[in-house]
Amino acid sequence: MTGWPLYEVFVRGKRGLNHVHVGSLHAPDAEMAVHAARDLYTRRNEGVSIWVVRSVDITASSPDEKDPMFAPSGDKVYRHPTFYEIPDDVPHI
Amino acid sequence: MSIATPAVPTTGPGSLQRQFDDTIAADHRIEPRDWMPEGYRTTLVRQIAQHAHSEIIGMQPEGDWLLSAPSLRRKAILLAKVQDEAGHGLYLYSAAETLGADRAELTDKLIEGRQKYSSIFNYPTLSYADVGVIGWLVDGAAICNQVPLCRSSYGPYARAMIRICKEESFHQRQGYELLLTMMRGTDEQRAMVQDAVDRWWWPSLMMFGPPDAESPNTAQSMAWGVKRHTNDELRQRYVDMTVPQAEFLGVTLPDPELTLDPETGHHRFGAIDWADFRKVISGDGPVNRLRLARRRAARDDNAWVTEAATAYAEKHP
Repeated sequence: MTGWPLYEVFVRGKRGLNHVHVGSLHAPDAEMAVHAARDLYTRRNEGVSIWVVRSVDITASSPDEKDPMFAPSGDKVYRHPTFYEIPDDVPHI
Repeated sequence: MSIATPAVPTTGPGSLQRQFDDTIAADHRIEPRDWMPEGYRTTLVRQIAQHAHSEIIGMQPEGDWLLSAPSLRRKAILLAKVQDEAGHGLYLYSAAETLGADRAELTDKLIEGRQKYSSIFNYPTLSYADVGVIGWLVDGAAICNQVPLCRSSYGPYARAMIRICKEESFHQRQGYELLLTMMRGTDEQRAMVQDAVDRWWWPSLMMFGPPDAESPNTAQSMAWGVKRHTNDELRQRYVDMTVPQAEFLGVTLPDPELTLDPETGHHRFGAIDWADFRKVISGDGPVNRLRLARRRAARDDNAWVTEAATAYAEKHP
């Protein structure tokens, strides 16, 4: 196992759903990672499709910057439908 | 995924420590790249690694019966269960890895005796009834321990525990069903079940760890949300849950002091032999050496498979 890269595993539970991150595993290459992911994460029909991605290839936002990173959306209440007052008797809106 | 370098002060208002404390206080989850106190990280690595090791070593007692299962049905069930234990170990090593632990290093620590695993796996499985009793009692106790961990404050551990708990339910039910079948069999089969219960009952009570008064880390672990109930609380829950199951099965739990306290609604039980527990956990149980020797052999004897796969991957990029 030593030296094998770490892969993050994403599983689509059924058609119509997104792939969701389920965990990680070590494998010598991507093809073996998919096989191992099948054995490890879909022993009970948990998926119809698997993605594997080398962990080092993921670029993530930093938790320390979460305020400046996500602040721009915080004060834009007009992006939400509840911001607008519509009289109760207007139908279908 | 690298560990972020803290950009804000670690103490005082608005600090990383305060953000961590607020997250815990709000019962939200800590995620891998969040800042966390060093003690929180090391406690979790130790707890998750110990849990992962238990799953991996836990393959052995039942694995011993794979080739002697009494029918193809029982063999398929047992194989699926042992495969699940391997899976559980891997989910947990994966969670430990998000804390910066190295998987191969954790295995080395287990093999060298520097990290522990559950004391329960240091007892031999002497008859096929043991397979049923392990499913019923050992997995039953494990479920009591593990269900609250689905709410662990550390996200990846909690998520691994949710998967594990779903699968453990099959483990316990297959064990109980196996025992029901044997109890409907011959006198000899019923005697085998009772003998297995006699041997596993007390060790299963020890799975919850030392009594609260001797568990110095419990308070901190509960404050951090990495432990949700004390050892004694969980042990009591397990006893209360198991007694009626034993009655239904028609076996006697080997404790003459076991009685229902009508005032509290809880069962009282006899004193646990903690000296024996300490002996087993520190390496002197019936089969500790065998368990570790097998794990070492699995690593060393199969190293060529790892090497071959690596060579193949390099040759076919």
